[in-house]
Amino acid sequence: MTTVLDVKNLTVRFAIRNKSAKFGAKSYLTAVDEIDFHVLKGQTLAIVGESGSGKTTAALAVAQLAAGEVSGEISLDGADLFSLDQKTMRQRLQVIFQDPYSSLNPRRRAKDIVSEPLDSLTTLSATEKDKIIDDLFAAVGLRQEQKNLFPHQFSGGQRQRIGIARALATRPDVIICDEPVSALDVAVQAQILNLLRKLQRELGLTYLFISHDLGVVQHMSDSIIVMYMGKIVEHADRISLFSTPRHPYTQALLSAIPSVDVDPEQNGKRILIPGDPPDPLNLPKGCRFQSRCPFAQDICAQRDPELASITPDQKVACHFPITY
Amino acid sequence: MAPLLKVENLRIELKTRAGIAPVIDDLSFELGQNESLSFVGESGCGKSMTALAIMGLLPDRIGRIASGKIIFDGEDLTTATEARLRQIRGNDISMIFQEPMTSLNPVYTIGEQIAEVLRHHQNLGKIAAHNAAIDLLNAVRIPNPKSRVNDYPFQMSGGQRQRVMIAIALACRPKILIADEPTTALDVTVQAQIFDLLRDLRRQTGTSIIMITHDMGAVAEMAERMIVMYAGRKAEEGPVRQIINNARHPYTRGLISCVPHLMSDPSAERKELTEIPGIVPSLQAFGKAQCLFSERCGLASERCLTERPPEIVFENAHKSSCWHARNPK
Repeated sequence: MTTVLDVKNLTVRFAIRNKSAKFGAKSYLTAVDEIDFHVLKGQTLAIVGESGSGKTTAALAVAQLAAGEVSGEISLDGADLFSLDQKTMRQRLQVIFQDPYSSLNPRRRAKDIVSEPLDSLTTLSATEKDKIIDDLFAAVGLRQEQKNLFPHQFSGGQRQRIGIARALATRPDVIICDEPVSALDVAVQAQILNLLRKLQRELGLTYLFISHDLGVVQHMSDSIIVMYMGKIVEHADRISLFSTPRHPYTQALLSAIPSVDVDPEQNGKRILIPGDPPDPLNLPKGCRFQSRCPFAQDICAQRDPELASITPDQKVACHFPITY
Repeated sequence: MAPLLKVENLRIELKTRAGIAPVIDDLSFELGQNESLSFVGESGCGKSMTALAIMGLLPDRIGRIASGKIIFDGEDLTTATEARLRQIRGNDISMIFQEPMTSLNPVYTIGEQIAEVLRHHQNLGKIAAHNAAIDLLNAVRIPNPKSRVNDYPFQMSGGQRQRVMIAIALACRPKILIADEPTTALDVTVQAQIFDLLRDLRRQTGTSIIMITHDMGAVAEMAERMIVMYAGRKAEEGPVRQIINNARHPYTRGLISCVPHLMSDPSAERKELTEIPGIVPSLQAFGKAQCLFSERCGLASERCLTERPPEIVFENAHKSSCWHARNPK
């Protein structure tokens, strides 16, 4: 299988105004810290983590929408993304946003919103565009007569369908899905997740899928990156990650999810990690998870663990990975 | 034993631009001592309205209790005076909200906010209330409570703020704690900590908990009994495990199977998620003499469109309002 998106040493920093520092001195918050990953054609790579882990920042940096200072190498189908011209880049890489209420222009009609990428990135004729828009509305499950409506006339799920149609318009190679269902009601989430899977099967789409919900990730992805405080702590294919999580954080994250299949009697078996994540401006030396980790030893406070392969399908950044 | 809280044929009307809509339509339920009950449903189904009605906090001039009773410890709260309700709120019944970021006052220390409840309801002096606040912070597992008691809300994380909310709610050892989506705004590892805390506190204090949520997994963890709400009406009620294993209302079955739950065997083939087509009807449709779920339901028949289904009672007080409840699936 071919690699569509290849990311190396991606780092995103935000300059922070620091009142106590000397005049002119800047301090930096490193939201994403030298991460590497790649996405195979037709597959879904999920990035999971809690708020502040850097998952969304990493994905937006790939889409060149991050606000901070981005460094590293990103290549799309072998071409350097930073040196591609904007129009080509945007045609080949599109984003579905989290909030279907604020990501659509309230003063434009649905068909114009979907047509926007075609208008600004392609030189297609009006009839060609109309044909594409008709097809897109059918593909995402909207009726043709809804084309002339405004965003407020749609429900949340339907708005997300418009957002999906817009992302599909230029037939991109990669679609970044940034928490595409977390703003939707539970019953509507299933409709959108099924639609995304169907479109992937039919059009051979490649997804970079950002989510905090491991149930959704298990349902949608082929491989998974777990992030904690800007670093990748574990990277594995779906089955390995869910059956044999190697990093204590991954294990705790999996164990924290309430499930209808779990007997409440089993609550004692839950692995609770205490406390809160550390202050991102004042990270501890060594492993970033040490303060909450049940297995932390002296070395964890001295040396930051490297992401290393444990099996061909599973990499973990931990001095004491869980063994099975 | 008489139930601690008994809601009888409650009807709450909301004034909208299009007219009056019954956002709660003929709701009855009971809550026992030291019981944990969950309300489940999508947004706009009346879960939070029920909680606000019990607290006497319905939006002024917009919402009102049109009929029915809310009997708490033998007293009907629907006819209680505002002064009496103020005595009950925070003392006998208290509530924690979804947004720990916005439900604390930013210009008072958390110690002052916890102490306020104790000074108002239990007439504690300034120092006694301050010390009690430290004990409460300790009880909700805030590390180093003696110094944190003087912190302002912005100095705390979301999980810690929700703990402070819980400390305020439990300060007077209420008989009922209403938790409205208490962990929706929090990360899963923090959610697990809060659930663990609520379970422990319930064991220690014997408080009854009403938890409102949209997450069936959370219900399975936290509650013994649940009520599924749809469009202002009770769709189903009963013991949690019994409903999860054998739901009798198609909406409940949809809610359980539409969410991708973690699979116990990750290598099993992933199936399509069950979809509940469409969305919750608009307020104008509430109160119609029909099954309001019928337009989204695969089982809908002629009768569902013309008559409101009655509540049918099964074993263990498992109740379902569906014309097809006897032969589900």
